[in-house]
Amino acid sequence: MRHFTRTLAVLALTASPILTSPVLTGPAWAEEVAPADVVFDEYGAVAKSLTGVPGDPAKGAEVMASKKIGNCVACHAVAQLSDTPFHGEVGPELSWTGEARSEAELRGILVNSKKTFEGTVMPAYYKTTGFIRPGEGFTKKPAQEPLPPLLSAQQIEDTIAFLMTLKDQ
Amino acid sequence: MRAFATSRATTSRLAMTIAGALAIAATPLFADEEADLVLNGETEMVVRTAAPDHLSDTLDEIYSGWVFRNDDTQVMQADDFDNPGMIFVDQAMEAWAAADGSEGKSCASCHDGPESMAGVRASYPKWNADAGEVRTLWMQINDCRENQMGAEPWKITGGDMAAMEALISVQSRGMPVNVAIDGPAAETWEKGKEIYYTRYGQLELSCANCHEENYGNYIRADHLSQGQINGFPTYRLKNAKLNSVQARFEGCIRDTRAEPFKPGSDEFIALELYVASRGNGLSVEGPSVRN
Ligand code: HEC
Ligand code: HEC
Repeated sequence: MRHFTRTLAVLALTASPILTSPVLTGPAWAEEVAPADVVFDEYGAVAKSLTGVPGDPAKGAEVMASKKIGNCVACHAVAQLSDTPFHGEVGPELSWTGEARSEAELRGILVNSKKTFEGTVMPAYYKTTGFIRPGEGFTKKPAQEPLPPLLSAQQIEDTIAFLMTLKDQ
Repeated sequence: MRAFATSRATTSRLAMTIAGALAIAATPLFADEEADLVLNGETEMVVRTAAPDHLSDTLDEIYSGWVFRNDDTQVMQADDFDNPGMIFVDQAMEAWAAADGSEGKSCASCHDGPESMAGVRASYPKWNADAGEVRTLWMQINDCRENQMGAEPWKITGGDMAAMEALISVQSRGMPVNVAIDGPAAETWEKGKEIYYTRYGQLELSCANCHEENYGNYIRADHLSQGQINGFPTYRLKNAKLNSVQARFEGCIRDTRAEPFKPGSDEFIALELYVASRGNGLSVEGPSVRN
């Protein structure tokens, strides 16, 4: 898995002029940063895009609302997702996040929020090793690390794009 | 639906912890967290009380899970005619008197009526000096079955066991949970405590993250309680049967995307002792009704 990503990264470098072109949307050519290679700054932010492909806010909204994907509303209320019932109260409301946070901060919070908020209950969505008794989803069966991350690199970029649209109306 | 707060949410962990504590009474639409439980119109149950000394660093008050359930569920538990868990108590009454195993004995052969079990549920799990181990109620029941009756042990999380635990629990309803944590039980208790605070699974969540830091808060449609076990076994409307403590532990750890310990494991016995002791002072409620 890691090996595969590295190969892609090399290809992406040689093809870099095409990468910057906005027409290119397929992640296949993007330079994807593997979970173990993410670089955090001292506050826990991550400046570099995980894919180099701009996020799609509509897909990000789905990540946050769907129980099967990010299920962020399990813990966070988001006024802009009020069509989805039952928002949680465990985390802060995110309805103004686009004004309060930068993309780099949000990327850090999504990849591994513990680097921003020490000891937080919020799970790390792009972390694959270092768990205690990791299981295979909700099956009760043990799982071998590295686990697939909870969200893909592009799903994280999509979620960031959606969060950046959240402003006080 | 709950109205969205108008002030910007704070993000500090401290603020979150405080919010967790203050959230009590903040959601009257879903549950009446101020309600009192009077059983069958006569027995006053303690559903909220001062936390036991060993919790004074982290909690001021402890609450029964009943407090966090919605009005209908609360009412259902208040009257034995409405409590679906009582059907299983009746079933266990028959099992109590039925001979089983190579010795031709029943529970009644040694213990007379189930009333002789008054006070038992309130003090379990507890240290058994002869066996040199901490014993849960289900361990004691299976010990009687195997060693006194010569019968097969019941499945720890199975229906027969849950029903018998409910019958025994009913004899202590209204009595305060009073589980000893000192002396020879202390080592097991410490082990249970460590498990309670360990962040398991890919979601890296401990019992404390949900039931100590966030009780009173909603996590999606679930209203988080303190995860007390004074009400076990619980009749859950969700699966329409009695649910045992060990199955609940397994489910909660599974939900962190972890590999749970097995029901009956040393780890879960230690955890049962520890969690039971967090409820010292609450009334024994089993069989309770939960969603
Ligand atoms: C189990 C609970 C939980 C889940 C699930 C969760 N979060 Fe959080 N989140 C928190 C908590 C608690 C905080 C506050 C940080 C702290 O102080 O611990 C937080 C903080 C944040 C913040 C920072 C808010 C700010 O501006 O300070 C963002 C953004 C965020 N979460 C986004 C998300 C997204 C997006 C998802 C899903 C992909 C998600 N969260 C899933 C609990 C959760
Ligand atoms: C991700 C959050 C989460 C974690 C972590 C968690 N639980 Fe729970 N637990 C719940 C929810 C949700 C319920 C159902 C609502 C309630 O009663 O709190 C529940 C219910 C319970 C109950 C039933 C309470 C009652 O009155 O019926 C017990 C007991 C319990 N949990 C114990 C534990 C223990 C022990 C652990 C750790 C091994 C744990 N939980 C970890 C979410 C969690």
